[in-house]
Amino acid sequence: MGAWFWWMIIGMAAVTYIPRAVPLTFLEGRELPIPVQHVLRNIPYAVLGALIFPAIFFVQENLWFGVIGAIAAFGIAFTGANVMIVVLGSIAILAVYSLFF
Amino acid sequence: MDGRGFTAGLKAGTSIAIGYFPIALTFGLLAKTTGLSIVEATAMSIFVFAGAAQYISLSLIAAGVAPAVIVLNTFIVNIRHFLMTAALNEKMQPDARWKKALYAFGITDESFSVLATQKGGRLRTTFAAGVILVSYGSWVAFTAVGHLIGANLPQFLQASMSIALYAMFVGLLVPSMRGNRKVVSLALIAALTNSLFYFTGWLSTGWAIMVSTLVSAILIELISPKEVKS
Repeated sequence: MGAWFWWMIIGMAAVTYIPRAVPLTFLEGRELPIPVQHVLRNIPYAVLGALIFPAIFFVQENLWFGVIGAIAAFGIAFTGANVMIVVLGSIAILAVYSLFF
Repeated sequence: MDGRGFTAGLKAGTSIAIGYFPIALTFGLLAKTTGLSIVEATAMSIFVFAGAAQYISLSLIAAGVAPAVIVLNTFIVNIRHFLMTAALNEKMQPDARWKKALYAFGITDESFSVLATQKGGRLRTTFAAGVILVSYGSWVAFTAVGHLIGANLPQFLQASMSIALYAMFVGLLVPSMRGNRKVVSLALIAALTNSLFYFTGWLSTGWAIMVSTLVSAILIELISPKEVKS
């Protein structure tokens, strides 16, 4: 890679940082309209829905992999286990699955 | 305000660190096969810290796409963070602008999800610092390790670990879903909308996530103007 690579990294860093920093710093000390506050409070749960589906099914070329991983994750999470157990448990179940099938 | 600080943040961020392990490792490996040196690959993780954008940049570099186009693509992929940090601002303790400008660097899909779904009131800046430090450390360190040894991790383990981040998202979402129909509807509508974009190809991933999130968050407010208990 040449010098262009470093210019590209600087550019990538800038355009990644701006959407992260502008709302946090610009909105500091400002009160947003109530309906906007309500919508913003909904965003974490909506984002999670969009981040999980449908991507969770396509983590590998083999669709079963994603389906079993998703069932494992939801199954473990519904028992009330904490996030770490959900992560490690899902990995373990898929590891066992891929060793036997 | 919640009393938990830096150490609690480190602990809450550990699931992200585990989730980043295979992805950063694979990024390091792919960067090597794309022709990046270990310094170049690690520098990208140090300065950019954006998984999807970094992966896409590798395939664009390999395809010989112009650097300016790669930068533009990075912006489009990451524009969804506008929405997330605006939402996060409601959850964070008011603090000096320079501190917020500093930890803003570490807001990814994953750190956002962990921070935004914490129970209780506003979060301390030191808690965010802990979450971000452990996840960023994992991302940078395993990029370098991946460039060195990535291919040596057994294939079945690499494959199994690809579920990690999604399992984390599930683990964050499910406890909030219990007994809260609004949260269930929010996640469901966003999931269905995003699936529509995915299968029709109408929008690229970054935009699809942003539009689905907005559609769901606004639609629910129009249908049931009651608040989510946080």
